[in-house]
Amino acid sequence: MIVAQRKNIPELLDIVEKHRKVLLLGCGTCVTVCLAGGQREVGIIASALRMAAKLKGRPLEVEELTIERQCDNVFLEQAAEAIKRNDAVLSVGCGAGVQAIAERYSNKPVYAGLNTAFIGILEERGVWTEKCAACGECVLHLYGGICPITRCAKKMMNGPCSGSREDRCEVSPDRPCAWQLIYARLKEIGQLDRLKELKKPKNWRSSLSGGTRKIIREDHRV
Amino acid sequence: MKTEAFEPKILAFCCHYCAYSSADLAGVMRIQYPPNVRIIRTPCTGRLETEYFMKALEQGADGVLVAGCLEGGCHFVEGNLCAKRRVNYTRDMLEEIGIERERLRMVNISAAMGRPLADTITDMVETIRKLGPSPMRNSGVQSPMSKVQSPKAELRTPNFQLPTSNSQLPATNR
Repeated sequence: MIVAQRKNIPELLDIVEKHRKVLLLGCGTCVTVCLAGGQREVGIIASALRMAAKLKGRPLEVEELTIERQCDNVFLEQAAEAIKRNDAVLSVGCGAGVQAIAERYSNKPVYAGLNTAFIGILEERGVWTEKCAACGECVLHLYGGICPITRCAKKMMNGPCSGSREDRCEVSPDRPCAWQLIYARLKEIGQLDRLKELKKPKNWRSSLSGGTRKIIREDHRV
Repeated sequence: MKTEAFEPKILAFCCHYCAYSSADLAGVMRIQYPPNVRIIRTPCTGRLETEYFMKALEQGADGVLVAGCLEGGCHFVEGNLCAKRRVNYTRDMLEEIGIERERLRMVNISAAMGRPLADTITDMVETIRKLGPSPMRNSGVQSPMSKVQSPKAELRTPNFQLPTSNSQLPATNR
């Protein structure tokens, strides 16, 4: 899922500085699960914004609404009326949600209330970690299901480097060495021979550095 | 507003298994505490969300008190520890907003602690009295708290007499 984090309240107040009526729009998908922009967080952030505005003597009305999915036009339709009756939208969805609204409502200012951080998983209660860099050409099958692109600080295709310290990464000792994990995992599943094979340099053309990516499925187009 | 005229309105979320019972005990023991608190009974403080504290403060409560079981003594094992983390998170958020974090407080009280509960409430009332009225009062938001009359500063004195004979008791109690 996409993991995001709330911007702090003074920053959010600055973002909506020019407006008196703001729709705080939550998203019921990824950001609900990572406790950043679901219905509950919308209630909390809206209260916080109203209180902070009042303390500064600024008139600010904040309407609260959460839809199932901001990045989907079908669901976005449910917010149409609320978007129309407010001066601006403060979205607490991920970056895709914010842009979906901006594209659909061209004359309405839309702002991001969250910092979209990464694609990751819930490691334990209250802890999320990055697992996928969305590089566009998955190599997980070669490394026992552990991604060296995301989890190795040096993105090494043929690791480990010599900086591994007792299974810790030299870049940050609080992080495990991805290559140690890859070795242990391949050993566990009896595929250590995969490490004997020298991997060619990764083709980065499919990654974000080549610009915005697009996928077209002709069989699903209408 | 003059400080001497200010009577704090404090919302107290009390756990059914401890603090709420200790309020009962305080009553049975005839211990008096300031009548500035409105107690809401909750099944466990772990049931409380950040949103509850924020809405209470937004709607004009001068302070919010969360009273849960002693640590290690939660009826639901760790509900009070969850509440503690949420209260701390909310207190940090209040600072971000610019509201004194002391307006929200969590205490741990067992069902046998009638006197400490009364002392805690007295202390909370004094803390809020020093901070002054919540800046959220008269915010224009329809506030349930605004409909509640501020209690007078004097403690309520019980105005009843114990029955002297059996005939004065209701029939069901004889």
